[in-house]
Amino acid sequence: MTDTAYSRQDFQTDQEVRWCPGCGDYTILASMQSFMAGLGVDPKDVVFVSGIGCAARFPYYMNTYGLHGIHGRAPAIASGLAVSRPDLSVWVVGGDGDMLSIGGNHLIHALRRNINLKLLLFNNQIYGLTKGQYSPTSEVGKRTKSSPWGSVDYPFNPISVALGSEATFVARTVDMDRDHTQQVLKAAYEHKGAAFVEILQNCNVFNDKAFIRLTSKEERDINRINLEHGKPVVFGPDDEWGVVIEGGTARLVDVSEVGIDAIHVHDAQADSPAAAFAISRLSHGPTGPTPFGIFRSVERAVYETELQQQIHHAQESRGPGDLAKLIASGGTWTVE
Amino acid sequence: MSEASTIDTSTETENVSAVAIRFAGDSGDGMQLAGARFTDASAIFGNDLSTFPNFPAEIRAPAGTLPGVSSFQIQIADRDILTPGDQPDVLVVMNPAALKANLGDLRPSGMLIINSDAFEERNLTKAGYATNPLDDGSLDSYRVLQVPMEELTQKAVEPSGIRGRGVLRSKNFFAVGLMAWIFNRPLEPTLEWIDKKFAREEEVREANRLAFKAGFNLGETTEMFRHTYEVRPADMAPGVYTNLTGNQGMAWGLVAAAQSAKLPLFYASYPITPASDILHDLSRLRNFGVRTFQAEDEIAAAGAALGAAFGGHLGVTGTSGPGLALKSETISLAIMMELPMIIVNVQRGGPSTGLPTKTEQADLLMALYGRHGEAPLPVVSASTPADAFHAAIEATRIAVKYMTPVILLSDGYIGTSSEPWLLPDLDTLPDISLPFAPPQEGEGPFLPYLRDETTLARPWAVPGTDGLEHRLGGLEKEDGTGNVSYDPKNHEKMVLLREQKVKRIADDIPLIEVTQDEDADIVVLGWGSTYGAVLAGIRRVRAKGYKVAHVHLRHMNPFPKNLGEVLARYDRILIPELNRGHLWRLIRAEYLLDPIQYSKVQGQPFKAAEIEAKLMELIGT
Ligand SMILES: Cc1ncc(C[n+]2csc(CCOP(=O)(O)OP(=O)(O)O)c2C)c(N)n1
Ligand code: SF4
Repeated sequence: MTDTAYSRQDFQTDQEVRWCPGCGDYTILASMQSFMAGLGVDPKDVVFVSGIGCAARFPYYMNTYGLHGIHGRAPAIASGLAVSRPDLSVWVVGGDGDMLSIGGNHLIHALRRNINLKLLLFNNQIYGLTKGQYSPTSEVGKRTKSSPWGSVDYPFNPISVALGSEATFVARTVDMDRDHTQQVLKAAYEHKGAAFVEILQNCNVFNDKAFIRLTSKEERDINRINLEHGKPVVFGPDDEWGVVIEGGTARLVDVSEVGIDAIHVHDAQADSPAAAFAISRLSHGPTGPTPFGIFRSVERAVYETELQQQIHHAQESRGPGDLAKLIASGGTWTVE
Repeated sequence: MSEASTIDTSTETENVSAVAIRFAGDSGDGMQLAGARFTDASAIFGNDLSTFPNFPAEIRAPAGTLPGVSSFQIQIADRDILTPGDQPDVLVVMNPAALKANLGDLRPSGMLIINSDAFEERNLTKAGYATNPLDDGSLDSYRVLQVPMEELTQKAVEPSGIRGRGVLRSKNFFAVGLMAWIFNRPLEPTLEWIDKKFAREEEVREANRLAFKAGFNLGETTEMFRHTYEVRPADMAPGVYTNLTGNQGMAWGLVAAAQSAKLPLFYASYPITPASDILHDLSRLRNFGVRTFQAEDEIAAAGAALGAAFGGHLGVTGTSGPGLALKSETISLAIMMELPMIIVNVQRGGPSTGLPTKTEQADLLMALYGRHGEAPLPVVSASTPADAFHAAIEATRIAVKYMTPVILLSDGYIGTSSEPWLLPDLDTLPDISLPFAPPQEGEGPFLPYLRDETTLARPWAVPGTDGLEHRLGGLEKEDGTGNVSYDPKNHEKMVLLREQKVKRIADDIPLIEVTQDEDADIVVLGWGSTYGAVLAGIRRVRAKGYKVAHVHLRHMNPFPKNLGEVLARYDRILIPELNRGHLWRLIRAEYLLDPIQYSKVQGQPFKAAEIEAKLMELIGT
C-alpha cells in the first residue's frame, strides 16, 4: 500500500473487455478495481494469475502485472510466484471448471500449504468459454449440450471443498452485491495466507439466473444468510429464522420456536473448521437459503514465510552458501 | 584386466591396469552402499574410476528372487578410463539369485566370490536352481571363492551387542572389507564413513566396523586368498578431486548457474526415479538461498517454476520421462511467454513407466517436438556426471540470454553413476547475468515483446518494477505490444520469430570439433551418456591400427553450425544411441545424409566392446 490516491481508472487497461454483455464478470471486475483503488494498493506490486475460461480473461483487464496461464494450473503457477516473491500480492482468478475440475488438485494443495494467494473462484455452475457444458458445480439432472439426458455427476460444494482442504480463509459472495464483494475482497487481501473466495457469477448466456433466488429483490432477503463473526446466525427480513448446529449438522429453525440462545453464534476464528463446514452444507447448489460472508478466517504459518525463515536460519547457522566448500563436501583427494 | 591384463594366479601381489568389480545381492543386502564405499576408498586411493549402479524398480521385490537383485559395478584403473567396464573381472554374489542374474556377464575365468551361507535350498529354489551350482560343477570355469559370510559376520559382530535382524545387516561391510584386502584399499575412509553415518547408533556403528574389519582380516589370515591385486593410482592431472554422480553434478551445476546468472534458484519437482536425487541435494542447500518446492505433481512443478521465472528467479523443474510428458503444456506456455526456464529430464526406459530404474536416451524427440503447436526450444545434453555440472550452466546461459525455456537432458546412467571430478576453479565460471528491464515512467506504454536485435530476446520485466505493468499469457501475442492477437499474418510472423530466436543460438555455441583421427573414413557421432563407451570403443579400434573420427554433441537444438558440413566429409557416419534412432532421424532430416543407425534398447548403457565390434564390422566391409 502507498499513500498515492488511485481511482478505478488506474486499474483499467486499454484492452477491450470481451465478455458477453450482461455477464456477471463485469460487475466483479468493477468491484475489484474499486476495492484496489480505494485501498491504495500499488498496481506494480499486484499480480493476477489465471487459468483458462471466460473468468480467466480477468488479468487482461487489470492494469497490474498479469499472467493468463493454462487451464486449471493458475494456483500452481501462482504458488511458484508467491513463494519466490513474498513481497507481491498474488491473486488467482478461475472459473468452476478451471479451479475445481482440471485444476482441483492444484487448488486443494495451494490451500493446504497456506501459500499467500487470494484465490477467487467465479462460480457460474457452467462452462462458459467452451459454450455451455455442465461443470463440477452444476446440479444433478442439469441439461446441457454434453448432458442432454441430464447430468448424473454429483456436484462439488466449493466452500466444503476449501474447508476440507485446510484453507485458513474461506468466504462466499455474489457478483451483484458490489459492497459485499468489496468487503470480502478486502478481508481476503488482509488475510495472511491462502484466501479462498467463491463469487457466485451469473453467466447470462449459458446458465442465466442460476442465482436469482439470492440476488432478486423479492427473494434475496429470505435466502441470504449473512455470516458475521461473533453474532448469532439469523436471517430473513426480520431475522426470524436462524441456524442451529446439532450433532455436527446445521439446521434451519424458526427463532421464535427455539429461542435466540439456541441459535449458533458464528465464530470464523474457531480452531476447528467443523462448525463452518456444517454451515457450508446448508446449501448445495446453492438454491435455498445460502450462507454468505466469511466462513473461516484463522492464522496459520504461511508457507513462504516459513521457507524464508529456513533460509535465514540456515544462513545464520551455516553461513551463506559457499560453492567451493559445497563441491568439496563429499570428500576430496589431491593428485600432485 | 577388463581393458588390459588377466588374472594370473601364480603371483603374490599382482599389478593390474584396470579391474571391474561387481557387487550383487538382494535389494535388502546393501549392495549399492557396498559399491559406494568401495568406490570412495578407490577414489581416495587415486584410481580413475567409473561406476554403474543397477537396481530393481520394486523396493520390495520378494527377497531372494531374480527381480529383487541389485548390483553395483565399478571399474578402477591406473589410467584414464571411460566406462564401468564391459564385463566384470570380479563378481561378488550374496545369494543364488544374484549369481543367476549376473554370472552371464562375468569374464571367462573371472573371480567369483560367493556368500556360501545363502546357498541353501529355499534360496536355490527361489532363484530357480534345480541343483546347487556350488556343487554341480557349473562354476568350474571360474575362480570360485566360497566364503560363509553370514556365519563369519554373525561371529564378528557379537561384541557390538547387536541383536536380532540387525546382526546380518552388516554383511555387506564384511564383503567390502574382504574386497578392500584383495585390492589393497585403504581402510580409513570406510571406517570414517561408518563412524560419521552411525554416530548416533552405537551398536550399529560397532557392528559395521567389526564386520568390515573381519572381512579384511579374513583375507589377511586365511590361505584361501593367496594373493592380492594392486591397481596403482592413475596418472591424472594434478589438482583436487571429488567423486561425483551425475545427479549431484546437476544439482551443483544449477547452483553454480544461478550464481553465474546472479539469480536466486527456485527448483520445483515431483519425486521420480532417477531424478529425485537432484531434489534431495538441492533441498539441503537452504543456506545458498535455494528454494525447493515439492509440488503435488509434475504439472504443478513446471507451473511453479514458470511462476518463479515470471517473478525473476531462475525457475527450474526436474523430472524423468513420464514427468516431462506432463510438463509439456506448461513448457509450451513458457515458449509463448518467452520466459527463461530450465527443464531437466533424467531419461529412463519407457514408454509409460517402462524401466524406471534403467537408462535410455529415448526422450530426444519428445524434447524437440513433444509439444502442441509450433513450439521450438533449445535442447542441451550432458555427457558424463561431471559434465552435468557444466551442461547446467550452459543451459542457463542460453535460457536467460534468449528468454526461452531450455530442456536439459541427462539420463539414468549419468544420474546415478559416478566418476572422479577435478574440482573446477570457480572464479573461471562465466558471468551469464543480464539485467531485468528497468523501471519506466511516462515514456509511453511498455512493450513487453520488443526484441533485442541480435538475440531476438524480449525484456524480462519482473513484477514490482515501476511502470512495466503488463499481461502475458498463452494467447498469441501481437508483435511488440504483446497484446492478444488473432491476426493471421501476425501469428505467422510470431511463429517464425520464435523459431528464428532458437536458430540464432547456433551463432552463439561452439562449432563441433572432430577428435581422434580427423582423416578417417568413418566418423562416430554420439550424444549424451554414450560418450564413455563410444570413446573407449574407438580407442580399442585405434589400438588395432585403424582410424576413426569422433564427434560428440552437447547442443541438440540448434545443432552447431558446421555439423552438417563436418559429417559430410566422411564416407560413413555411425550414430550409436540408446533409442531407436532419434538423432539418426534428425541428422537425416536436417542434412540429407544417410548415417548408419546403431541402436540399443535394453535399459543398459553401451559396452565399449559393442562399439568396437560395430566399428570393426564396418571397417571390414
Ligand atoms: C487442457 C485444456 N483442456 C480443455 C480446455 C478447454 N477449456 C477452456 S475453458 C474450459 C472451461 C471453462 O469453464 P470455467 O472454468 O467454469 O470458466 P468460465 O468460462 O465459465 O468462466 C475448457 C474446458 C483447455 N483450454 N485446455
Ligand atoms: S459465456 Fe457466460 S461466463 Fe462467459 S462471458 Fe458470456 S456470459 Fe460471461
